[in-house]
Amino acid sequence: MSKRAVKSSPPVLIHPVRHSIVLGALMLSAGLLIWRAVDLQISDSEFLQGQGDARHLRIVEIPAHRGMITDRHGEPLAISTPVDSVWVNPREIMAASAEWPRLARLLKLDIDELSQRLMTRQTREFVYLKRRISPDLAQQVKALGIPGVFLQREYRRYYPAGEVAAHVVGFTDVDDAGQEGLELAYDDWLQGVSGSKRVIKNRLGYIVEDVESIEAPEAGKELRLSIDRNIQYLAYRELKTAIRDHRAKSGSIVVLDAKTSEVLAMVNQPSYNPNNRSTLKSSHVRNRAVTDVFEPGSTVKPFTIAAALESKKYLPGNIIRTGPGYYRVGRDTVRDTKNYGNLNLTDILVKSSNVGTSKLALSLAAEKLWGLYSRAGFGSLTYSGFPGEVAGLMTDHWKWSEIDQATFSFGYGMSVTTLQLARAYTVLANGGRLTPVSFLALEGAPAQQEQVMEPAVAKRVLKMMEAVVSEKGTGAKADVVGYRVAGKTGTVHKSDIGGYSEERYLSIFAGMAPASDPRLVAVVMINEPRTEAYHGGQAAAPTFSKVMGGALRQLGVVPDDVPRTNMKRLHQKIAEHLAPQQEGAHLRASVGGRI
Amino acid sequence: MIKAKNNDYTQWGERRQSRMFTRGLHLDIPLLLAIIILSTVGLAILYSASGQSEAIIMRQLMRLGLAFAVMIVVAQIPPHHIQLWAPWAFGLGLGLLAAVLLIGDEGKGAQRWLDLGFFRFQPSEIMKLAVPVMVAWYLADNPTPPSLKNIFIACLLIIVPVLLIAKQPDLGTSILIASSGCFVLLLSGVRWKHVCIFMALIATSAPLLWFNLHAYQKARVMTFLNPENDPLGTGYHIIQSKIAIGSGGLYGKGWLNGSQSHLEFLPERTTDFIFSVFSEEFGFIGIICLLALYLFIVIRGLYIATQAQGTFTRLLGGSLILTFFVYTFVNIGMVSGLLPVVGLPLPLISYGGTSMVTMMAGFGLLMSIHTHRRLLSN
Repeated sequence: MSKRAVKSSPPVLIHPVRHSIVLGALMLSAGLLIWRAVDLQISDSEFLQGQGDARHLRIVEIPAHRGMITDRHGEPLAISTPVDSVWVNPREIMAASAEWPRLARLLKLDIDELSQRLMTRQTREFVYLKRRISPDLAQQVKALGIPGVFLQREYRRYYPAGEVAAHVVGFTDVDDAGQEGLELAYDDWLQGVSGSKRVIKNRLGYIVEDVESIEAPEAGKELRLSIDRNIQYLAYRELKTAIRDHRAKSGSIVVLDAKTSEVLAMVNQPSYNPNNRSTLKSSHVRNRAVTDVFEPGSTVKPFTIAAALESKKYLPGNIIRTGPGYYRVGRDTVRDTKNYGNLNLTDILVKSSNVGTSKLALSLAAEKLWGLYSRAGFGSLTYSGFPGEVAGLMTDHWKWSEIDQATFSFGYGMSVTTLQLARAYTVLANGGRLTPVSFLALEGAPAQQEQVMEPAVAKRVLKMMEAVVSEKGTGAKADVVGYRVAGKTGTVHKSDIGGYSEERYLSIFAGMAPASDPRLVAVVMINEPRTEAYHGGQAAAPTFSKVMGGALRQLGVVPDDVPRTNMKRLHQKIAEHLAPQQEGAHLRASVGGRI
Repeated sequence: MIKAKNNDYTQWGERRQSRMFTRGLHLDIPLLLAIIILSTVGLAILYSASGQSEAIIMRQLMRLGLAFAVMIVVAQIPPHHIQLWAPWAFGLGLGLLAAVLLIGDEGKGAQRWLDLGFFRFQPSEIMKLAVPVMVAWYLADNPTPPSLKNIFIACLLIIVPVLLIAKQPDLGTSILIASSGCFVLLLSGVRWKHVCIFMALIATSAPLLWFNLHAYQKARVMTFLNPENDPLGTGYHIIQSKIAIGSGGLYGKGWLNGSQSHLEFLPERTTDFIFSVFSEEFGFIGIICLLALYLFIVIRGLYIATQAQGTFTRLLGGSLILTFFVYTFVNIGMVSGLLPVVGLPLPLISYGGTSMVTMMAGFGLLMSIHTHRRLLSN
């Protein structure tokens, strides 16, 4: 009834035209909105969707980790571990200044320093706060939820061998690029190739979702060095002890495989810890064994002897007069420490007679002498590929005066690196063949071996050098129990302003073992020992003995210096052992059958 | 919630009986249903836009509850009472507006709030209802169509509060209030001659208005004209909003799946720009349905206005519902880049309290107008 009552009462009229105009305007407006919706959502939809994607789809880099460096047995020398770096967008973090103290506390940064850093970089969009923090800490930072704080995955290089292999391995910078040593030399090989992926990022730049992988990261390749970590440790320990005991300035030891010229150990003192380079001294970083040159002194005398033998003018037994202990060459005089009288070639080595080698050298053609040295690798790079390696110097023989030729014969007037010296000794150790030095473990035989000396000559000199390490020789202390050692001492007066110093020496021992068929060549070089025992046979030779002995045992090299009687007993014992072993074999076979 | 209501409806069985019941409560069922559906949709989209925040939904639910309560209360007041109070309410509103300018609180760079110690509110909200009520009251007391003098006085009644609000500054609200007053004038049957003069006046004063705009208001207009001018600054809102709407395509990305809004590229996505979130997630189809709902409410409101028996109620009802439409039109127009950004919420959907309460009070008035007819005719 109510409804009807309402309807029946005369309604107050709204002007009908006006009513339809209002309705019309209304419909028109609604139509306008719909037209707009069609415009945006149907006509322009694709473009706008693309624009939308452009705002949140991002391609980000996936860092690839650097290849591992191992020793020849696969023991790690450099490995990459994941870490995170914290960076901020100052424009965004400005708004959250109340959160800075919490952030600073977590990252152990000074709050004043932090705010100063941010305030001065307000207009930037990328500022590192702290690099390379542990993933755990990074997660805590993320959990703070401060806008404008971001993490970046990186890899930190870690060197398990620390200072022991620091010079050989080198290190990388904060951006994971090689800076020193083999890290630098093989940077391209070790470096990975970053991949990329498409992600959805929100307005704050946080990755919300991974969409797809575009390119998988390619990890850097592994590098297997020729270094034997155990020998490296041994050499490092012995060198450090020697440097300390002799209060020496610095020193190097190089151990090479006599057959392949692979570097089994290369250590220097002083060294540094590559894992913490905050207090790094640049002088400690140098790999002295390849970058520092010195006059080799008596250690090159075997090459003069070799030249003499090669000339066919001499045999090892030929007698040379070295009396009265000095020898005039023009206006200069070559001196021995004392008058050795008449010496054969072997004894010249054993006594290390400068007069002897000078006489030999002067009887040879300069170019023959020089040529042998040159072929043995003196004066040229070893092509080991080690960054910063120097070639050393040999004065050209056509510029030699007589005295130059004489002093050259006992290692003055030329310069070598420890590595070069070691490599030259492999020529004597390896039947006159020169082999390229390798820091990488070789698969199979080394390529490009070069015959630079007659095998017979090399063998003879080797035999003569064995006498140096005998009881009457200068290198007696280089002796290794159970092995025959061949080598040569060197005590070099360091060159000084206007001549040679009477107080500063280099104490060197270069040698190889076992002499019957050398497996290892080692050079110990001690720079400026400050004790009375500065002689090569006193300072360097004992260290050589320890390193060589340890390394030979480490490698399980069969001893070649077992007294004859013992050998007989050994053979008997072996024979005794063989019989029961065969029985045992029968026994095992029967047991095996039963099973 | 919608279903429950529908069930109630069918459980009552007889249409007549339910009519009787709602008549007793002075509620208009079609309008009420549409409002409930719309606010439910609003809650759903707010849930998505707020990043599925239950706290925000709870707060919005409480506001909705308050708004519905206000609507029901207002619906109980017979229109002639409102007619009686009109001048007082208007006077009070003017006084509060003046107070805001003198001692008001600032928020987001504008002085809109009045702090009463226990309670903060915007007096401009009162004026949203007080202005059309006042103008309708004034014109209803005089013969229609209004004479030039009456038109002038009515204009004065509109312009004073509008200027006060524009000064705060609150351009969106002042435009809304101006249009609500103008709707009353238009519906009162102003002669076309006068309408034309009025239009001409506005057109000539437009440059004057332009020079009186705040810099940011000018920037908004310039941005509207060419948002790509400053894509990272003033144009950012509108570009992001257009992208969000366009990304929806025909069918939308689905509820809770709008990437633009969820990745926080869309600013103000729970308030003024909630329509963009809706468009991205429900697409063109969704927009059509939403517009249909709004249109239904508007047409129902217009029907109520045409059915009103007194000049006052007719003018008031028409003005209220047309203002509601303007609200909707301006919001959707602004987020879709048709109109400059003026900062108006989408009625019944945007997150926010005060304007919703005012809006529902307006619906209460409409319902009161419709359900008190009988008394009037008697």
